Amino acid sequence: MTDLPVLLVLLPLVGAVVAALAPARRTVAITVAVAQLGLAVTAAVTVLRDGPVDTAPGGWDPPLGIALRLDGLAAGVGLLVGVVVLAVFVHAAITPSAAGSRSYWSLALVTVAGLQAVLVAADLFTVYVALELMTVGAVALVALGGQKALAPALRYLLVAVLGSFAFLVAVALVYAQTGVLTLDIAAADLPQGAALATTLALVTVGLGIKTALFPLHAWLPGAHAAAPTAVSPLLSALVVKGAFVVLLRVWAALGGDAGLATVVGVLATAAVVWGGVAALRQTHLKRLVAYSTVAQVGYFFLLVPLATAGLAAGASAAEVEVARLAWQGAILMLLSHGLAKAAMFLTAGTLSAAVGSGEVDGLRGIAAKAPTTVLTFAVAGVCLAGLPPSLAFVGKWQLMDAALTTGAWWVVVTLLVGGLLTAAATARVVMVTMRPADEEDEVASEPAASAGRTATSAPAASATATATGPAASEVVVSEPSTTEPAPGAGRAVGAWETWPAIVLTIVAVATGVGSAWLAELVTVGSVVAP
Amino acid sequence: MTGPELFLALGAVVTLLGAVRLLTTPDSMRRVVALNVTGAGTLLILVSLSATGPGEPDPVLQALALTGIVITISVTGLALVLVRRIEDGDDDD
Repeated sequence: MTDLPVLLVLLPLVGAVVAALAPARRTVAITVAVAQLGLAVTAAVTVLRDGPVDTAPGGWDPPLGIALRLDGLAAGVGLLVGVVVLAVFVHAAITPSAAGSRSYWSLALVTVAGLQAVLVAADLFTVYVALELMTVGAVALVALGGQKALAPALRYLLVAVLGSFAFLVAVALVYAQTGVLTLDIAAADLPQGAALATTLALVTVGLGIKTALFPLHAWLPGAHAAAPTAVSPLLSALVVKGAFVVLLRVWAALGGDAGLATVVGVLATAAVVWGGVAALRQTHLKRLVAYSTVAQVGYFFLLVPLATAGLAAGASAAEVEVARLAWQGAILMLLSHGLAKAAMFLTAGTLSAAVGSGEVDGLRGIAAKAPTTVLTFAVAGVCLAGLPPSLAFVGKWQLMDAALTTGAWWVVVTLLVGGLLTAAATARVVMVTMRPADEEDEVASEPAASAGRTATSAPAASATATATGPAASEVVVSEPSTTEPAPGAGRAVGAWETWPAIVLTIVAVATGVGSAWLAELVTVGSVVAP
Repeated sequence: MTGPELFLALGAVVTLLGAVRLLTTPDSMRRVVALNVTGAGTLLILVSLSATGPGEPDPVLQALALTGIVITISVTGLALVLVRRIEDGDDDD
């Protein structure tokens, strides 16, 4: 079983190479996704039963060799990766236009391999390399969205690499003071003081950029909204989480810094409010969903101010208890957000393709044609808002419990306001879908406006091309899929197209009912373990 | 101020200048160059940190800097491809 952490990384990496070379890319990728989910379940069971799995590839023990460590956090997020990747791959297999290009399968698997490496790496420099692998894969996936996605992809790449540089300097600072790169060993030797605070600040800024913590979030809505339908869920549900897990690990190992934790708390609150309000104001459906991710990222970061007191060396039992409650709450919310946001992006992509427009206003009347898809979107929104009995509700409850115990009332207010804003944004979209479709010709009457900006899907681009003639035909050529029909009001929703999203929302609700094992799993091997 | 400390300060200045330029310039090509300046500053910090302790400079940090260079080159390549495709697309319009 000590090979588990290595297998979790190697399987998608080998799968990516095979998927790039083999003729049946789709079959290979889905087979790998099924096997990955199987491995993730095995990993979760092993960690729950025997505790964390430590391994050092090649027999070189740390501090000399590279340490890999599969703890509860890695196993929990690994489960999320397995479920979401399989669901998204099945969606992309059912709806070829959702993938954007034939390269999708191997690029997605490379990104998954990078993410898995981030999750199991216990060595700071390996984390840096894995983060870069994940970022490069994610940027290439965004670029599959066609010409309109290239500028957001470049912006994402430049900003993410800037974050990596900050992280790299932090890694070098840790090494310069301790002489080791293995996080746990280095943390024990690191002296308190200005250097520790500088390291933490650099890590927080660097990974805050990659996690899109307000006000470092500006790259996210553009990149996540421009990406193809089968890419946005992977980015929003998974890639963002990878960087957050690293941030959490470093904070937990180094013991945190009270002043910095307050700053993070303020930014997290601002993220929840700003992201929620911005989501409400968006006119583009996928941007609305993307801004909701900015708000949800704020929830996860609320963990930092709540848990910091319990992470310090001489923390009392009560403080550790609060830290554990907050830890479980935030991670459960993270898992729930992954499931629900993936479902939301998938249904948003399906709806946009169905009406041939990426705008929220273009969705008029779609509830009558695709009721299941709209319902799934609504349930996913309810899961994000954290209504019972969903997993997010359990997580939110735990976070509130921790906040009330420490008297951090502002966290309670933030959680409630954030939930209301998420519910309002979802309700706004659902309301539009139920309006009578009396303005169906809206898309055709504004071809020039939608050609440049809002051509989210291939049908949209082809629809505008037929309307404007040769001028817009280049747009279609650069679009990956032109085999889709080009009707005036989009295409019909396939019979099975919504199923992956439905399964994801069912999992997001059902895991909330019996989530005690999950809450136990995510603390195994962490500083807040009972 | 000793030699390594001077280079450490220089590295920090170069990194900051590169980062500020990266975030403020609208031109894609300049942003890619600014990213490389930031990277150079970061690696300067790494190399000077390896020499701040007593005795011989630490080879591990220099190895990290080498890996950092390799990654920066690859990322620059990817960024240049994106820049070229963006500009090709603009010409078509």
